[in-house]
This record gives sequence, C-alpha cells and structure tokens, in this order.
Amino acid sequence: MQLEEEVEDKFELNISITNPEKVGEFHYISPFSTTLPMFRSKTFTVRRRFSDFLGLYEKLSDKHTPNGYIVPPPPEKSIMGMTKVKVGKEDNSSAEFVERRRAALERYLQRVVFHPSLLQDPDVREFLERDDMPRAHNTQALSGAGFLKMINRATDSLSKMTIKMNESDVWFEEKLQEVEAEDQQLRKLHIMVDSLVGHRKELSVNTGGFAKSVAMLGSSEDNTALSRALSQLAEVEDKMEQLHQEQAASDSFCFAELLADYIRLLGSVRASFDQRMKTWQRWQDAQNMLQKKRETEAKLLWANKPDKLQQAKDDITEWEAKVTQYERDFDRVSATVRKEVLRFEKEKACDFKKQIIKYLESLLQSQQQLIKYWEAFLPEAKAIA
Amino acid sequence: MMEEAREGSLSVSAQTIRVTEAVRDGDALTFIVISQKLSGSGEYHVARTHEDFQWLQQCLFSQEVVPGILGVIFPPLPAKPQLNAPAKVLKQLGFLAMGEDWRMYCMALETYLQQVAAHTTLSKNKCLENFLTSSEPPGRQRVRKGIFNRLSQAMEGMRKEGHKDVDDFFQTERDNNLTLTGCSKSATERFIDVVLTEQKLAVACGHFSTALHLCVEQEEDSAVLAFSNGSVPMIKNYRPLHALICVKLSEVIDSIKRNFESVAENNLSTLGLGLDLESRCQEAEKEMLYRRTCKLVELETASRNAERAKPVKKAAMDELKVAAEKEFDHVSGVAKQEIARFHSTHVELLRQALILWCEKQLETARDTSFRYSQHLQAFKGLGE
Repeated sequence: MQLEEEVEDKFELNISITNPEKVGEFHYISPFSTTLPMFRSKTFTVRRRFSDFLGLYEKLSDKHTPNGYIVPPPPEKSIMGMTKVKVGKEDNSSAEFVERRRAALERYLQRVVFHPSLLQDPDVREFLERDDMPRAHNTQALSGAGFLKMINRATDSLSKMTIKMNESDVWFEEKLQEVEAEDQQLRKLHIMVDSLVGHRKELSVNTGGFAKSVAMLGSSEDNTALSRALSQLAEVEDKMEQLHQEQAASDSFCFAELLADYIRLLGSVRASFDQRMKTWQRWQDAQNMLQKKRETEAKLLWANKPDKLQQAKDDITEWEAKVTQYERDFDRVSATVRKEVLRFEKEKACDFKKQIIKYLESLLQSQQQLIKYWEAFLPEAKAIA
Repeated sequence: MMEEAREGSLSVSAQTIRVTEAVRDGDALTFIVISQKLSGSGEYHVARTHEDFQWLQQCLFSQEVVPGILGVIFPPLPAKPQLNAPAKVLKQLGFLAMGEDWRMYCMALETYLQQVAAHTTLSKNKCLENFLTSSEPPGRQRVRKGIFNRLSQAMEGMRKEGHKDVDDFFQTERDNNLTLTGCSKSATERFIDVVLTEQKLAVACGHFSTALHLCVEQEEDSAVLAFSNGSVPMIKNYRPLHALICVKLSEVIDSIKRNFESVAENNLSTLGLGLDLESRCQEAEKEMLYRRTCKLVELETASRNAERAKPVKKAAMDELKVAAEKEFDHVSGVAKQEIARFHSTHVELLRQALILWCEKQLETARDTSFRYSQHLQAFKGLGE
C-alpha cells in the first residue's frame, strides 16, 4: 500500500498479510518492506496470531483513546459481526471466511500504520518487528462480545454517569449527530449489500441449473447443428455461473467489508467523543471539588479553627492546579478529536473512492468477458440449419 | 396423401396476424387480433376472449370429415390466463404470465394463430376464417364433439402410452419425444428461475440506490452541486466529497439495476418464449403420437376380434377390422408428414429464438459496458 502524499515526509511502508498457516492456532505471516529509517531492516517477515492483533488494539486503545485519538478497531472474531443474517452456508473453516479475515486484518494493520501518531508508538514497532510475541491477555472483551458491543457498553455507562454537557462548541454537537446518523445509514446499506450478495449467489446457482438442463436438451436433440448450438449454450451458461459467483464475491469484498469496517470505525469515532466528554466531566468534577474546598476554608475561618486551616489552604492549591490541568487536558483532547475527525473524513472519502473504483473495474471486466461469450456464441446460433 | 376437405381458403395472410394487446374487462381479458387481407385492401380488427380461442381449438379438433386428422400435431393453445390468480396457477403459465400487461401471453396467442393459419389442413377450417374476420364473437354454443373427443375420453383410463409400436420409425419418435418433452419442460422451468432471480436483483439494486441517495441530506445537495461545479474548493471539509460519492455510487447501482432489467426482459421475450413454445409443441406432438397409439390398440383389438369371431359375426368383425386398418393407415400417413414438418419447424423455432436472444443480450451487454466505463471515468476524476 502506497501511502498518499501528506504534508509530512513521504515514505514507503508496504504491508500485506498472507494466508494463515495452521500451527496449533492460526498464524499470519506479514511480509513488510519499508524505507522508513526507524525500522531495523528494509524488509522483514513476522508471524502473528489473531489474538496478537486484538492485543495490539488493546494496547493502543489504552494509551491513545483517552487523548481523543481515533484508534482503528480490529476485525470481529465471529463472522456474524455485522448482520444477523448469514449469507449462505459459512463455517469458520471455509475458504471465504479465511480470506475475509485475512483481508480484514490486512486493512486493520494498514490503517494503524497509516495513522501518523500511531506509527510512532513503540508497540506498533514491536508488533511489526519482534520475532516472538508473548500471548496477549485481556482480550476477552474483544474476543467475546466483539468490538462494537464493547464500545456500545462504554458509551451507555458513560451517559449514565455524566451530567449533560454544556457544549460551548457547536461543532462537536453537530459532528456527533452526523456520526450517529451515518452509523444508521451505513448499517442500512450493509443490509442492502448483503441482500444483493445473496441474490447474486442465487443467480449463480440458478444459472448452473439452467446450464445443466440445456446440456441435457442438447444431447437429446437429433439435429446435429442444433444439438451443437445447445451444448455451446450450456457451456456459455456455465461460464456465466462462474462470472456471477465472482461478482458476488466482489460485491461482498468491495462493499460489504468496506461498510462493516466503517461501521466499526464510527464506533471508534464515538469512543473519542466519549473520551472528550470524560475529560470535560473530570474538569467539572474538579471545579466542584475546588468549590467545596473553598467552602470548607470559609467555614473553618468562620468557625475559627486555625489548625485545620493550613490543610484547607493546601487542598485549595492542589485543586486549583488540578482544575487548570484538567481544563488544559480538555482543550487538548478537544483539539485532537477535531483534528482526528477531519483526518478520518478525508481517509473515508479516499477509501470509498478507491473501493468503488476497484468495484467498477471488476464490473467492467465482467461485462467485457460477457460480451466475448455472446460474440462467440452468435455464429453458433446462426449455424443451426 | 390426405384428402382435401375444401371448406374454404383463408382470406388473410398468416404472417400478418397480430395479437396486439390484452384489455382488462373486470375479471376477464379480451385480446385484440389484427390481420391483413390477402387482397391487400385492408385489415381485420377483432376482439376475442380465451373462450373464443378455445372454441376455435375445439372446431379444429372436431373435423371428422378429414381422414387422418388425428395424425395432425395441433398447435398448442396456452392455458387460460387468470387475473388475480394464486401463485400456483400463475406458475403453470410460467413465462407467459411474466412481462408487462400480458405481453408475453399475447405473443403466445399470436404464434398459435399464425401456426394454425400456416397449416395446410387447419387453415382451411371455416372456423378460423370466422374467428379472424367476423366482427361478432364466434358462437359460444358448444361445438359438436367430434370423434376426436370421444376417442380421447374412451382411452383416458387406459395406460396406452407405453404400448409397443409396430413401426420402428414411430417407436423411435415416441421415445425421443418423451425425452425431449421432459428436457424442454425442465429447461423452461430452470430458465424461469434465472429470470425471476434477475428481477429480484433489479429490485434489490433499486432499494440500494434509493438508500444511497437518501444518505445525502437536503442541505448537502446544494453543497454537492457547488462542489461538483468546482465552485467550492476542497479543503478541510470532506463532507461534500463524501456526499458526491454517495450520489455517484447511487447512479452506478441504478445502472446495474437497469442492466438486470434489460437482461431479464431479453431472456423473457426471446429464449424464454421460445423454450415455452418448444415445450408446449413437444407436448402437442406427444398427444398426437398417443392418439395414434390408441388407434393402434383399437386396430389390434379389432384384428383379434375378427380372428376369434364366430362365423355368424365374422363378416361384421372383418368389416370393423378393415375400417380400423384404413383409419390407422391414414393417421400414420398424416403423422409421418406432420413429424417431418415438426422437426424442421422446431429447429427453425429454436434457431430464431437463440439468434434473437444472443443479439439482444449482446446489445445490452455493450450498452452496459459503455455505461460502466463512463461511471469509472467519472469516479476516477472525483475530487481532483
């Protein structure tokens, strides 16, 4: 993956994840190549388990989410991550599932290294370079319920404990509304795409059935030329069955996966907004505490208890410092969230554009293949006498 | 050689017969039938219901005076169309029930009439002339049931289909026909499944396209327009670009939808109709062969009776045997001719259907390809 031009340094970091090897558990081999000076060597290969990826997310999220960063979420452990509807018969060992997971992990890692701040994180470097990683712990929440459930729970519990925020900056309020609306839209679109994929698979199956019946018709037919034309037709229909199957896979990989990724990413965006709210809450709580301390001091002065007064004054100093600190934190996190959201929107637009182009290219290729089949069949039909 | 029963010649040209539309009249359908006069001096416009078509078919069946008429492969009449019918009934009509305003059904009726009018014997039937030219609907009175019907009824209960033939030609034909009838029916049904799925895909694309369009909010529409006109530079705010992507993608999905609709329509109107007709014609041949087989059984029975007859009955039995023999020979003679004709028309029928189908699908595929490449160019240029 070539990183697009940023205002910062142009550099190269190519990551791909190949198919898994089953060595006890699934191991993924990730060949990297890079021109970045921070890495030990120019090319390297490491093996990672699925839980290692989850572990990486845990570490990054713990460190960066509280600061308002949008940390890319890992893929869901189960195939049923997004929708409740299974598209066709799929089990965890099927080729399609394996490929989906591989591609999802690749995209995840690419998003992580594409983030200028996360790339600097030593945990990321370790993940890319270290030969053997210790097993990740505490990924239960992720492995079990999955990323989105975890985020939703966090948001819910947060809204229970904070008071309504006095939003001074309307940008944040509007943005959050946009994010929530978009989440709804993407979910709806995902259902539609799943439906599309299902129908295409059905079309592929039906085309195959038709091909067989035409083959039988052709072999029962007396007239040689007609019989020949019908068996050619059966072959064309067989090829079309294949095309439909491929197109269904393309629908699924280009769109369904893209939408699923962004539904999860929006979860991360929401998480960063939640963090901002937490820092605001902490600042408010500190201000309330400062107020209490001042009241305590006033009471002591009035009650004339000079021995406890010093303690009260110390408390006030302590809390004044905290209030200042927390206000600064809030401003800093707000600025980060703002910057992150803009970066996210840009990446999203580029991502969608790229995927749609890929999709159109596959559609076009399919269509041109179809034209070839029809052009080949026409003389066969005309040759019937 | 079939004896000509010169009831009359048709005054219209067979190839010009058209069934142009189906008009809803409460729960019934009326079909408009137009045909050109042979004399070139104009055309006939008549309105007919399915009952009228059935009357015509009955007339054709009951031509007793034509010897060997049982050997004729009668053009198949489509089953009665029912408005507001349950799904199972519509399924029986298959392709004919699909398509807007019963268009496929009209085409099937048209083919039926053209086939009847092109048949050397059947075209001479007065009823056909009456059907095509009379402004009054043909008499709805029940047609006198000819021997054909009596014979069918008599033979109904008995399993004659598998009865071994005395003639290799016919045995082979019966065997082949049995296979072809099954295969063509099966191919038709499989093709219906394909077309139905294509239609479902078109609908799903429609929903998807609409949903995408709804993603773009009202205020953003003007932003999108301004953005695509180049009057809003792309800095800092990517929402207009994202909205534009949604709108453009919606157009792509709409193109996909239109492609499926075209493909399904082409399938329906060419190969679908062709397979349906092929299937029904094979059935018609099967019925003819069955009638002949029944005649064979009749003949064999009569021969046995003549052999075993007591002297007093012998002359009468012999006479019956001779009559049965004569009839059987007539039927077989007509059947042989009909089979030869059937073989060549059925090949021609499928040939035309396949060519037309391929040409239409090729045209659609090229159109779609062009539209997709336009979309691709548009997307590549987005946001630059």
